[in-house]
Amino acid sequence: MLVFGAIACVFTLVVDISTGPARLSVLKVFSTIFLLDKSDASARVIIWVIRLPVSLMAIVVGASLSIAGAEMQTILDNPLASPYTLGIAAGAGFGAALALVLGVGLVPHAGTIFVPLNAFVFSFLTCILIFFLSKIKGFTMETMILTGIALLFLFNSLLALLQYLASEEELQAVMFWLFGSLMKTTWKKLGITALVLLVTVPVLLKDAWKLTVLRLGDEKAKSLGINVERLRLKIFVLVSILAASAVSFVGTIGFIGLVGPHIARMLVGEDQRFFLPMSALAGALLLSAASIGSKMIIPGAIFPIGIITSFIGVPFFLLLILFKRRNFW
Amino acid sequence: MKLKIENLSFKYNSIPVLENVNLETSPASITALIGPNAAGKTTLLKCIAGILKPEGRVLLDGRAINSFKIEKISSYIGYLPQDGFSSAALRVFEAVLLGRVHSLSWRISDDNFALVSEVLEGLGIGDLASSYIGELSGGQQQMVSIAQALIRKPKVLLLDEPTNSLDLQHQLEVIEIIKEVTREREIATLIAMHDLNLAARYADEFVVMNRGKVYITGTSESVITSEMVRSVYGVNATVYTDEEGVPQVTPKSSVRRKKGGVCCA
Repeated sequence: MLVFGAIACVFTLVVDISTGPARLSVLKVFSTIFLLDKSDASARVIIWVIRLPVSLMAIVVGASLSIAGAEMQTILDNPLASPYTLGIAAGAGFGAALALVLGVGLVPHAGTIFVPLNAFVFSFLTCILIFFLSKIKGFTMETMILTGIALLFLFNSLLALLQYLASEEELQAVMFWLFGSLMKTTWKKLGITALVLLVTVPVLLKDAWKLTVLRLGDEKAKSLGINVERLRLKIFVLVSILAASAVSFVGTIGFIGLVGPHIARMLVGEDQRFFLPMSALAGALLLSAASIGSKMIIPGAIFPIGIITSFIGVPFFLLLILFKRRNFW
Repeated sequence: MKLKIENLSFKYNSIPVLENVNLETSPASITALIGPNAAGKTTLLKCIAGILKPEGRVLLDGRAINSFKIEKISSYIGYLPQDGFSSAALRVFEAVLLGRVHSLSWRISDDNFALVSEVLEGLGIGDLASSYIGELSGGQQQMVSIAQALIRKPKVLLLDEPTNSLDLQHQLEVIEIIKEVTREREIATLIAMHDLNLAARYADEFVVMNRGKVYITGTSESVITSEMVRSVYGVNATVYTDEEGVPQVTPKSSVRRKKGGVCCA
């Protein structure tokens, strides 16, 4: 199943790179990438500067959000947990809007990454708030979820306030950011997001068995000698960084973090040795397919990916729910 | 392995739940922990399992439990919580394997494979190995939990109402399996139970708890009396000895109700 998922990801990646407003043949795309074909400068720019980072970003962000959702669902024992439902994406949205509307940022003079950096700071701030407020009650699942939902509403209200105050141009910029877009991807942004993913995944995989045990319930996990509070805290910090780095560069693509893990769970179960990589592949596949879809709806234009993700993901997810044979939650 | 509890006390939010509990269990014997709701049975089991940190001492063969590493405690003590059922997308084989979480690496060793198969076959649930645990009946889930505890080869087994929510046949099956493994593996088993008649039939020793304290300890004949049932449970009951010499309780009425207490005022 993992191999099949990986092959499907490679396929969507190839299709994603090959599609776009500029009609380039697959052969041309491949020769530009692998043979460093220098004959056509415009093709080189289209492929290397625009399409390749965007397509790879779809894979990396899809995998990051899905892994973050998978581990949030695991440590909070809740099928609705995701970077979106815990307010992390809302925090990022507010941070971005603050930078776009008021020009206010917690890290000034950040140049081209001023907006994403502010989004990152605020999404991570959301995680820190969840962390400290939950600490009072000893990191129970209920406190973490309820705190996250409360912060989701708070940041959404603050965001609405900023939208109310914004000028027409600022409002348009905020709306575009909130739709989610991969189009502003650069190799630098891709590098940062990929680095966070590459550092986080091995640490998560190291705790694969312990995370699997967590699904048997806190008491059983504790009786098996697992320090549940410490594990929950460690994983929460890791996935917070992972989710924050993903949403801050591409905007609110909330759906992936919720659906990716559920698809993986239905396909390979919850042995984290398989569940974690499968979640990554499911998320990457969904976002990569959405990236292709965003270029195909209106020929010559690119539709916001956040909207397409839900259009593609929701029917697929509903089909899985309707036709699945087992109930796991 | 001998389990000894010395002067154990525990408070939840500064409210005393356990006060000065002392008890002892022996290998190859079942000790029934009985008492009404909120007597402190579950809290006591959690304290012994190392889930809660009480005052006082829990000793394994004379050695304080907190001197062991947390992994070691979990290998000596198997604990089955109340309603510990899970709906996780895990197969029975995987769930039982998790009992050995500290010895698992990326690749499952042949030893661990053999151990899981042996335990499942031993409990007569080998055919469930590839079933998802969320699809099992209550009795089957309980057997999986027992398998999960047994795979660690524990010296002490703590079970919190293992027959709760099971039908009569499954209650007997589960308790007979527990009795069998307790004898065969020389485990000191401590079971919190509500069913006095089931306890009287299968337990070797009794610890009666009431309001966080040990009320009385001893064998079924000395402990299961109408006086104990009346003062601990607040129930008027007839206790008779059946043809096998086992005390059996037939409840008659609630003491509180007869007095016209809170429930019926």
